[in-house]
Parts: sequence; structure tokens; C-alpha cells
Amino acid sequence: MLKINNLHANINGKEILKGINLEIKAGEVHAIMGPNGSGKSTLASVIAGKEDFEVTEGSVVLNGEDLADFAPEVRAHKGVFLSFQYPIEIPGVTVTNFIKTAINETRKAKGMEELPAKEMLQLIREKADLLEIDRKFLSRSLNEGFSGGEKKRNEIFQMAMLEPQLAILDETDSGLDIDALKVVANGVNKLKSEKNAVLLITHYQRLLDYIVPDFVHVLYNGKIVKSGGKELAYELEEKGYDWLK
Amino acid sequence: MSKFTEDDLKKELETKEYEYGFYTAIESDKFPVGLNEDVVIAISKKKNEPAWMTEWRLDAFRIWKEMTEPEWANVHYVKPSFQEISYYSAPKQKKKLDSLDEVDPELLKTFEKLGISIGEQKRLSNVAVDIVMDSVSVATTFKKTLNERGIIFCPISEAIQNHPELVKKYMGSIVPKTDNFYAALNSAVFSDGSFCYIPKGVTCPMELSTYFRINEGGTGQFERTLLIADEGSYVSYLEGCTAPARDENQLHAAVVELIALDDAEIKYSTVQNWFPGDKDGKGGVYNFVTKRGLCEKNAKISWTQVETGSAITWKYPSCILKGDNSVGEFYSIAVTNNFQQADTGTKMIHLGNNTKSTIISKGISAGHSHNSYRGLVQISPRANNARNFSQCDSLLMGDKCGAHTFPYIEVKNKSAQIEHEATTSKIGEDQLFYCNQRGINTEKAIALIVNGFGKDVLNKLPMEFAVEAQKLLEISLEGSVG
Ligand SMILES: Nc1ncnc2c1ncn2[C@@H]1O[C@H](COP(=O)(O)OP(=O)(O)O)[C@@H](O)[C@H]1O
Ligand SMILES: [Mg+2]
Repeated sequence: MLKINNLHANINGKEILKGINLEIKAGEVHAIMGPNGSGKSTLASVIAGKEDFEVTEGSVVLNGEDLADFAPEVRAHKGVFLSFQYPIEIPGVTVTNFIKTAINETRKAKGMEELPAKEMLQLIREKADLLEIDRKFLSRSLNEGFSGGEKKRNEIFQMAMLEPQLAILDETDSGLDIDALKVVANGVNKLKSEKNAVLLITHYQRLLDYIVPDFVHVLYNGKIVKSGGKELAYELEEKGYDWLK
Repeated sequence: MSKFTEDDLKKELETKEYEYGFYTAIESDKFPVGLNEDVVIAISKKKNEPAWMTEWRLDAFRIWKEMTEPEWANVHYVKPSFQEISYYSAPKQKKKLDSLDEVDPELLKTFEKLGISIGEQKRLSNVAVDIVMDSVSVATTFKKTLNERGIIFCPISEAIQNHPELVKKYMGSIVPKTDNFYAALNSAVFSDGSFCYIPKGVTCPMELSTYFRINEGGTGQFERTLLIADEGSYVSYLEGCTAPARDENQLHAAVVELIALDDAEIKYSTVQNWFPGDKDGKGGVYNFVTKRGLCEKNAKISWTQVETGSAITWKYPSCILKGDNSVGEFYSIAVTNNFQQADTGTKMIHLGNNTKSTIISKGISAGHSHNSYRGLVQISPRANNARNFSQCDSLLMGDKCGAHTFPYIEVKNKSAQIEHEATTSKIGEDQLFYCNQRGINTEKAIALIVNGFGKDVLNKLPMEFAVEAQKLLEISLEGSVG
């Protein structure tokens, strides 16, 4: 589904990604771990098409299509979803209005009609329940004054609404207490299928107890320095990253 | 690839042409240019006005002649030449119309282009529409329903004929002829406008609405609105306008006077979309408006405005809180783009005890535009326990535009409680990327963010107006980005 080939990316002339190769097939869960500053969020942003980053070499290919020429919203329409490490506030725009706009814009791009209000409401309720989100929460301004945990839960709520093909979760576990982590993990697991894939970015194996990865990769200084099965996560937990230098 | 930068945003905004830039070919009956006593008399005669009205106009003209245009506002423009304007223009309509079927089809087409089919309006939103097309009202609907409750809603020219006692008593009582240059000019030459009277204890059963348009090139528009809510009554009044694109400055100097007697409430909402000029700042309407309301005991006046048009906007809807416990509110969104300039705000004059005022002002600036908030909160010595809350937020797009805030506070009574908050923000690239990542393109994202920013004000508009206002915000800020 996703194929990343020898990906190099710069920001302000500084190289952050230094030749990344990664293949994710439908139905798989991959985890990327690595110390702070190793380039995990950069990788997520580059896949999503953030234009601050300049791709100097290599490619990101989704279902056989090179994404290079597609704007971020087009990538989203094609099924790429990024749960942000630091979700952005949009004052005055409610959680409901935002997700409604996102859904209808995506449908419009696909030549579909807007989702009728009644169905929209039903879908919102269903997904809010799945993530144990309070109804009152849905009429708050997007991310404004949200706790860290609320922000992350809201990201996963949006993911549940949009049902992406490729979900990239950037440190979705940070800021969540154990109960919230379970709810979020349960939500992600429910959405997993043979048709979609998940890329988990984390630096704790804690999350991986609940969302079990098929593969674990270690990102270090802009390169994947080691890949393995889920046991690699335990090894990292125990030994840290220094032995991989 | 559509890399989004501030430059792109700027370009996108600049290429936005005025969408309602069309011109309706209706023959009009127009005066030669220039202004003197003879013209004033001719206007009055044309309208068959009684002698007292003619005298009133002449008095105003003499006052105006001695005045000079104010220069304190933060706007810069070539002053209109008042001798090169025609002061009267009426569509050539033979007779008064009783129903919409009789209205000139050209005219109805114009409203259709605006997305305001009157029939729809009638059916869907239960709105009584008094249309002011250029200077003469050409159609009035819903009169009967209103009549049954004793509500008078008619062109002011009609009120002068049929309700002289009310007009004599109230016209100029809130905005005197001597008030300012533009108000004096308006008093001398006002063409038409709306008159509304709500009797004691009556709640007006529908939103009253007037659509104004400037239609004839070079014709000044001088509307005059007088709205009286008698004791214990309630009315919600909507005023909206769009103008065709013209390559020539058009002067608009309206006067609006509101009177809320004891326990009455007036909600006055405006969506203003006069032609703002093209992307180089050429053309556009000069909009110099004096709007003021008086609150007697326990009365309340709310001004809500969404201002997206005009090359120059000079407008300060104000409240005189004369009666004890009276309440004044001002909710405003002002958008400026390209080379537009807006200097707008409010005055809250607290005279009575326990008077309360709220000011929420949201300024959005893009392109090379300048957007100024100018507000005065004045607490008189005898106003005990007066309270004011003001919030002025500015949203900037790009780095060529300006937002300015001029809050004046004059407190002469120690018991007053005054709160003022102000913020300035920019639409961030991170916000746009976040939206983009959710499948929302930049154009739509800007609309979403701007509507979110203006929400506190949009929420104050009647439902059917809020939708139109949101559309206008999008039109005035989005580009044709694909
Ligand atoms: N906007 C930026 N400008 C300059 N450097 C950046 C920017 N964003 C990230 N970086 C740098 O890129 C490197 C990788 O950052 P990031 O991808 O956020 O790492 P991680 O998510 O693994 O903690 C860091 O050294 C960081 O300082
Ligand atoms: Mg990170």
C-alpha cells in the first residue's frame, strides 16, 4: 500500500530524513520508535505533504501513485490521515463543524453528495460513543483549551469518522492516562481491517501492548537503523537506543 | 502543486473580483449634477413634501454648507466633489405596486442574481421586505399583517405624508442636522429610506428587512431610516445591501435613528456589501454612515453588523443609554481586503443608572487594507453602577495590511466597571496544514477559520441572515484557488 523509497527531506537546508526505506502492506501495523529529534514527526509530515519540507531525493508511493505532486488535501482524499503530535487550535470552529466540513469536502473531492445531516449526526454519535467522548465535547471549539488527552482522543475521533486507508499516529499515546490509552487503542483496533494500515509513532512500548504491531522500526538520525517484530519494542524498552548508534 | 505561502494567499485574495458586479439596466429619472438650494427644493417637490419638510431640508443644507468634511478617521481618499454628484435618481416606475407580480422583471432578476428572490424570502423566512432600489421604494410586502398589529413599516417618504406627527417629533431628534458633515448632507437631500413604528406592547411578528442597492452610476445615495419602538415593544430589523461594480466612486451617506422607549427592544442587523473597489483600489463605494439609537428606561438596542464592502467605511452605530437599566450592544465583523479602508466602531454613552453595554468587534484585514476599530465608552457623572465590556479582536492575513484599535474610555463616575480586551492574531500555516490534512482545501480552510473567528457576532444575527453573512465573508476573502 505504502512504499517509501530512499526518502531524503530537508527543512531550511538542513537534512532531516537521510534515506528512508519502508514498505507497509494493507492489514499491517507498523511502529516507528526512536529518540527525540530523530525525524519521526518529520517523516509523518512528509508523507502527509507538509510543504515546509523539501523532498530532495526518493519518493513516497501510495497504491502505486507517487504522492509528490499531490497537495496535502488531495493526499487526505486518497486516504492518508495524520493524528498530529501537537493538534492545532481553531477558535470558534466546533469539533462537529470541523469534522462535518472534513467529511463533506472529502466526499465532494470524490464526486459524492454531501452526507445528509441526519446520517452525519448518527455517524458522529456512533464514533463519539466508540471513543467514549461526551456529547458536550462535540460543541467545543476545536482543540481550544483541550487537555493533552482530549486533543489526542479528538484526533482518533476524526480518524474514526474519516476511516482512512493509512493512519499515521504521531505520539498519540503521550498525554493519555492508562484508561484513556485503552479507549483510544480499542478505537484504533476496531477500525483496523485487511484493507487499511496503521503507522504508529511512539517512543514508549506501552502503547504497543494495546495496539500490537506486526513490525517495529527504529528511526535514528534520519535513518531506519533496525527493523524487527514486536519483541524489538521490548528490547528497546530495556536497553534504550544507545546500543544502536 | 499548490504550495501555500503568504504570497499565494495574497495573490489569491487580490484576484478575487467582486461577484455581485453587475448592473441593472433600468431607466431612471435623474437630476443634473450639483447641489444648491434649488436642488434641495426640487427634491422635496419631486416627493410632494409638505412645506415643513422642505424647510427642514433647507435648514440642513444651510448648516451643511458651513461645515467641513471630518478628517480624524484613519482613512485616506480623494474627497468626493459634492458638486459633481446627482442628488436624485428614481427608477421610472409609473405607479405604486400592490404585489410583487407587478414589479419590473429586470428588478426581480437583479434580486435573483443576488440570491435573494423575494418570493423565496416571503415563503421561507417570513420576512417583510421593503425594497429600496436606488432612491424610491418600489415594492412593499407584508403590509397587511403588520397593519393588523398597528405596525407602520413604509418608505419614509410615505411616512412624511401619512404620519407627519411621528416624523416631526422624532426625525433629527437622535441625529440632529448639526451632528456631522454627512448627517447634515443627508438631512438636506435624503432620497428615501424606511420608516418603522411599533406600537406600545407589540412584538413585531416577523423580521423587518430592507435591501438597499446603489444602482445608478454617479448617484449619491442618502437613505434615511427612522425606527421607533414604543413602550414595551420589540422589533428585529434587517438591513442588507450589495452594489454593482462601477468604475467611479459612489458616495453613500445614510442616517439611521432608533428610538427605544421604556421597556422596548430593538435589534438592528446589517449586512453591508457595497462595491469595495477593484483589486487595485479603483472605484468602490464611500460609505459614511451615522447610526444612533436612544434607549429610555429598561430599553435595549443591539447593533449587529457584518461589513464586507465599501472602499471607505466610516460608521459608528451608537447607543445613548439615557434611561436607567438600559442596555446597549454592538457586535461587529468588519472585513477589509485589497485597498479597502474601514474605520468603524461604536459609542456607548451611559447617562442612566445601572446601564450596561457590550462591545464585540472582530476585524479581519487582508491585502493592502486597513481596518480600524474606534470606540468610545463614556460614563457620565450621574450614571451610577454603569458597566461596559469591550472585546476587540483582529485577524490579519498577509503582512501588507493593518489593524488598528482606538478605544476611548471616559469615566466620570467612580462606580463604573469597565473591561477592555484586545487580541491580534494571524491565520497560521499550521492551522491551514491541519485543515488540509483533513481534506479541507486552503480556500475552504480560510472560510472556516474566519467564520470561527467571527462566530460570536454571526451568532447574533437572525438565522437566515447569518447564512448570507457567512457566504459574504467567504466571497470577500477567498480567491478562485482551484
Ligand atoms: N520547522 C523546523 N525547522 C527546523 N528544524 C526542524 C523543524 N522541524 C523539525 N526540525 C528538526 O528536525 C529534527 C527532527 O525533528 P522531529 O521530526 O520533530 O523529530 P521527532 O518527531 O523524532 O522527535 C529535529 O532536529 C528538529 O529540531
Ligand atoms: Mg515528534
